[in-house]
Amino acid sequence: MLLLSQLINGLQLGSIYALVALGYSMVYGIIMLLNFAHGDIIMAGGYIAVLILTAGRNPVLAIILAIIGCVLLSVLIEKVAYKPLRSAPRISLLITAIGVSLFLQNMAQLLFTANARSFPNTVVIPAINFRIGSINISLTALVTIVVTIISMICLTLLVQKTKMGKAMRAVSEDTDAAKLMGINVNSTITFTFATGSTLAGIGSILYCCRYPLVSPTMGSLLGLKAFVAAVLGGIGSIPGAMIGGLAIGFAEVLVSAVGLSEWTDAVVFAILIIVLLVKPTGFLGRSMQEKV
Amino acid sequence: MAKRRIPTPVSYAINLVLIALLLVVGNIVISSGITSRAQNSLFLQVGIYIILAVSLNVVTGYLGQLPLGHAGFMAVGAYTGALVWKATASMPAPVSIVLGLLVAGIVSAIFGIIIGIPALRLKGDYLAIVTLGFGEIIRVCIINLPEITGGTPGLLNIPKHSTFTLVYVCVVLTCVVIHMMMKSRHGRAILSIRDNEIAAESCGISTTYYKVMAFSVSAFFAGIAGALFAGNQGSLFPNAFDFMASINILVMVVLGGMGSMIGSVIAATVLTSLPLVLQVFSKYRMIIYSLMLIIVMIFKPSGLMGTYDFSLRNLLEKLTGHISKKREAGTNE
Repeated sequence: MLLLSQLINGLQLGSIYALVALGYSMVYGIIMLLNFAHGDIIMAGGYIAVLILTAGRNPVLAIILAIIGCVLLSVLIEKVAYKPLRSAPRISLLITAIGVSLFLQNMAQLLFTANARSFPNTVVIPAINFRIGSINISLTALVTIVVTIISMICLTLLVQKTKMGKAMRAVSEDTDAAKLMGINVNSTITFTFATGSTLAGIGSILYCCRYPLVSPTMGSLLGLKAFVAAVLGGIGSIPGAMIGGLAIGFAEVLVSAVGLSEWTDAVVFAILIIVLLVKPTGFLGRSMQEKV
Repeated sequence: MAKRRIPTPVSYAINLVLIALLLVVGNIVISSGITSRAQNSLFLQVGIYIILAVSLNVVTGYLGQLPLGHAGFMAVGAYTGALVWKATASMPAPVSIVLGLLVAGIVSAIFGIIIGIPALRLKGDYLAIVTLGFGEIIRVCIINLPEITGGTPGLLNIPKHSTFTLVYVCVVLTCVVIHMMMKSRHGRAILSIRDNEIAAESCGISTTYYKVMAFSVSAFFAGIAGALFAGNQGSLFPNAFDFMASINILVMVVLGGMGSMIGSVIAATVLTSLPLVLQVFSKYRMIIYSLMLIIVMIFKPSGLMGTYDFSLRNLLEKLTGHISKKREAGTNE
């Protein structure tokens, strides 16, 4: 029974990682950028929610504004910092992303100090526990899992069934050919960033409900692990990001359950390295062929 | 008119004199007491970061790969060097110092080979992520093996062996060895892998061999820099070698211009001394730093120096050539 409750625990954590990993994966798929600032967008979402909630406003309003804030911030970053570098070497783009990440972290530190703020998680999701047989399931875990499943379904429909989704797939397949077919590449990229950060906003609220502390550096470790999840599943692949997220979540919970919680990070990275060595593009990544 | 070359021995002599001058002036400045202790420590820090940036440049700039775990190699070197120095404290100081530096470099290079062989099978961003992972694993191991490394409370009472002379002799040696390696056939092989791996392979260059070689050379010097870091600080804490430390070194290489040794040296000097210069605005320091990073990348994506490399000999020839041309023009009139 302990195992079952640990599995639910892992499912909850994995869902959050999956939501965040999708943002990395989609952006990488479309402009081949490891968007290091993605984790800090989550931090920004957390702060927006905290500010509105501590001002005593409606939790629904807080959630909506946090998501909108994440979307606006990431679109702004894309326009200001990444767009001028479309034709630059990839590593310059990467350094810019790192610069943006540092900027957001330190801006938050300047505005809200380095101390962590507590997130009133019980206002968002009441602390109710369900008992099924001998296992306890918290409402938070249930909401997290359900919200993640709904988000995934919406995202899959968006990517597979809508015109914008088609454009996104076309641009990530071949940017130049997509341009020739009359697809507006710039607005497609902006839309991808917006979609990714919507998921990040949702992920941010769910993460804060599980770990109710908001600090300027909360995004960096979460971002790093979600990023590992995206790579594990095959970066650029949407179902891959989901699988990768769940795998990392389960691995982390199991390692802590065995009593080696200090080694969690090392185990996560070790899994990543072993998987990449056996299957160099992750679980579901397409293998890239080089033309000579 | 044939271009007049400065004879090689003369240019070597000029370089040697300048290096000796640097060491003498540096030692005089430090011992004269004009500078505070913090500033003296900063001079050494600058030298250590020059070694780190120049060594990372081998993999990033010349080999064209993107490792994100350089601080991991630095950590290996730092802890190895510190432990060797502590164990050999009874030996005469010069023997202990050289032994510590060499062992630190070699152990770090062995790590470089161990990590390099599997990691270099991967390409581009995957390599970046795997090296990032190795860097983090090394750090977690340091934290969780307190019997050897002191763990989170830190490794204390390390002999402070890093003097200005020692650090800058290492800086000069690093630059000279890497420069000579890059001018040799091995260096050209490494450059050809960067420019076109498939073409290099079809010309008979063993890409795996040269990739691992570049990786381990880079790790070797990072290890030495780590040991010097330990000898400068006197104590080591695992958090000094986190992901951000690797990023800091990478930023130096990219800002200076990938593949430009002088670029790495300048960027390492500027970025390491920045905290002291910006002490007045310490609150806004990191914001200025990050904005600077973004702005430089947007307006000069190839870094400040591009791939330009400085050569004193060429500079002198340009100057003297220029003067003699003017003279000629004068006599012709």
